[in-house]
Amino acid sequence: METLFSYLWPAIVIFGQSLLLLVGLLLFTAYILYADRKIFAAVQMRRGPNVVGPWGLLQSFADLLKFVLKEPIIPSSSSKAVFILAPLVSAVLALAAWAVIPINEGWAIANLNLGILFVFAISSLEVYGIIMGGWASNSKYAFLASLRSAAQMVSYEVSIGFVIITVLLCVGSLNLTDIVLSQQHGLGTEQLGLPSSFLDWHWLPLFPMFIVFFISAIAETNRPPFDLPEAESELVAGHMVEYSSTLFLLFFLGEFVAILLMCALTTLLFLGGWLPPVDVWFLNWVPGVFWFFLKVLLVFFFMAMVRAVVPRYRYDQLMRLGWKVFLPLSLFMVFATAFVIQYTGWGLG
Amino acid sequence: MIASALFFYLFSGVAIASSLMVISSRNPVHSVLFLILTFVNAAGLFIMAGAEFLGLLLIVVYVGAVAVLFLFVVMMLDVDFAELRQGYLQYLPIGLFVGIVLLVELLAVVGSWVVAPAVENTTSQPIPDVAETRNIEALGNILYTDYIFFFQIAGIILLVAMIGAIVLTLHHKPNVRRQNINEQVARDPKTAIRNVKIRSGEGL
Repeated sequence: METLFSYLWPAIVIFGQSLLLLVGLLLFTAYILYADRKIFAAVQMRRGPNVVGPWGLLQSFADLLKFVLKEPIIPSSSSKAVFILAPLVSAVLALAAWAVIPINEGWAIANLNLGILFVFAISSLEVYGIIMGGWASNSKYAFLASLRSAAQMVSYEVSIGFVIITVLLCVGSLNLTDIVLSQQHGLGTEQLGLPSSFLDWHWLPLFPMFIVFFISAIAETNRPPFDLPEAESELVAGHMVEYSSTLFLLFFLGEFVAILLMCALTTLLFLGGWLPPVDVWFLNWVPGVFWFFLKVLLVFFFMAMVRAVVPRYRYDQLMRLGWKVFLPLSLFMVFATAFVIQYTGWGLG
Repeated sequence: MIASALFFYLFSGVAIASSLMVISSRNPVHSVLFLILTFVNAAGLFIMAGAEFLGLLLIVVYVGAVAVLFLFVVMMLDVDFAELRQGYLQYLPIGLFVGIVLLVELLAVVGSWVVAPAVENTTSQPIPDVAETRNIEALGNILYTDYIFFFQIAGIILLVAMIGAIVLTLHHKPNVRRQNINEQVARDPKTAIRNVKIRSGEGL
């Protein structure tokens, strides 16, 4: 009985935390979707969603209801089990990675020592949702899209891996909390009169890697201008052509949660996580969660702007960018960073 | 302990069941998907044994990259399954024979296994306490000091394999017009555009 309770209580706590994170994350995703459409509309001088609720704020929930209430259509020639499994894999994996993301100091469901590697492993699994969906649909468009996307995601994962290694070299730990805390001090900003400020964060010393990571994150999550898997002008809607109703919703949800995850990862690795931009008392008084989500929103805003203003890449140029530009650049930066840290000791906080 | 035992049986049970499905499912794509499930469960077992780094690396490398390419190839195979199953009985004796030979050989090897006496010296060397050193540090300490030679050799073998694959598949056709990105980016209106006066009825 004693042992049962010693397991039961932590299990209940973890379940409660997960539920809280899940609800918060889904609400945030709903408004991120709304923000995406509003920003896209504003760039094109349209109004965007403005009918459901005040200023269209309830649009995402109306969409959710619409998707759930529609009839699910499963093609008769599809491989049914895999067809249903694919969107589940995509959504569950995207949500699972959030278990290790610290949104404030100590506010992670699992504070793993190898947190960043866990996130990387999960995001490398996300490609399966797309491949399985594309294959199981038994449709040429979906299949072509899934082949494209598999190659694309595997290619950009390589450069993301190297970018993460450069950051890890500067931090000396794979724990996400340590990565954020190491950005608190360091680069001699005391002389500028701005101790523990935004100038200490990794985006400045590792600026090229910051840009490479941002672009690779867009490619990894299949966002425009790298949305070749679902290029609607060539492939109708990519791997999701045959999906409808709740299954489509799960794909959609998985995609947006993965985008949010990449924004959060950019925030943690380069923008100082929950740290306030300047070390003054009234900014320190604001809870860290606020800063974290503000930075996530900022990164997402730039992703939305990129989507709105940059035309879609051609597939061979996408591959060229990944393998011939980003890979050598990030490899060189790993080398250079290791060299600088080894021989000058600079950067080790 | 109950929970960890429970998880151990869960992971190993699913791993065994899915590895059986790898060889028994009719569709090769389903086989590969079950293989991936086996990998993921093996990673779970690694993590339970305290080797988190190896477990996660198994997922990143095998599941995230190797199995994707594997699946990629298998999906594009155009196999007629009915035809494939026709010769089933015909090949059964040969298959059984090969299987039995392998099993006997494996048993012979395992049966005559003797732990080398030198191993005790290596294992009795002070291994850093797991609670103090992190997994990844312990691995790095060994890999980049005692075994640096083997590590580098493994790297060179992989490099040679990669270059070999590229050399075998790369064919430069001489008469293909290729895109030169630098040239395109360096173009400016002065050199790219010229005005031409065309007399009517003559064309360029």
